[in-house]
Amino acid sequence: MSEAIKVDKVMDLKGLPCPMPVVKVSKGIKEVEVGQVIEAISSDPGSLTDFPAWARTTGNEILKTEQDGEFIKFYIKRNA
Amino acid sequence: MQNMEEQLTKLKSHIEALEKKAPENKLSMIVFSGDMDKVLASFVIATGAVAMGMDVVMFFTFWGTPVLRDKNKSVGGKDLMGKMFGAMLPKGTCEVKLSKMNMGGMGTVMMKSLMKKKNVASLEQMLELAEELGVRIFICEMSMDLMGFKREEMIKYPDLTYCGVAKFLEEAQNSKVQLFI
Repeated sequence: MSEAIKVDKVMDLKGLPCPMPVVKVSKGIKEVEVGQVIEAISSDPGSLTDFPAWARTTGNEILKTEQDGEFIKFYIKRNA
Repeated sequence: MQNMEEQLTKLKSHIEALEKKAPENKLSMIVFSGDMDKVLASFVIATGAVAMGMDVVMFFTFWGTPVLRDKNKSVGGKDLMGKMFGAMLPKGTCEVKLSKMNMGGMGTVMMKSLMKKKNVASLEQMLELAEELGVRIFICEMSMDLMGFKREEMIKYPDLTYCGVAKFLEEAQNSKVQLFI
């Protein structure tokens, strides 16, 4: 039942440690329209807790999180 | 019935007063330390807070103030103590040292190279990022005066404000988060 998510913007955040993934995503999300989705790929394990915290505080939504080896893929929908 | 209406207006004004006092989505932080590790932590928190949608104000006081000096600027007309403080305290972000394991400067050099290797932003980069994100910086006038620093030797930063304790308290009072580092 895996539905393909339509991605409007991809952000490569590999190799960036804290606080850059969150700072970059907060900028990147403003470059898409409300309702659109960005795919952010991070290699920082801290992102696993940071991105959901960021999304809850800013009113955005993480549709899906995928872990592929050392990379974590987030599908984030702009809600605010 | 009249009693109900009276209570309702009372409640309404009460709620309005509460709303006025509600803290803003803001972080007020005192940067007291001039240690590299603590200043780095301050900037990580500050830039992270902007990413979380917060308004951020950093207050640099006491040992924090020399961090904001411009390494390329020098001013004359200082008395002996001013010259001593000026020479012995770090001049800008590149001269700050680790609070622990500095080992005569070796530890700091090693930490800097580790940070580069692991892609951790340097203090110079963090300061630039803070500027780009619109972090506001305030400097304690009294600390500067105490150590003999002059406004002309401080870094160029948009809206760098010189202030006293009341300004910090005003900002802190209507901030959701306040920190002392």
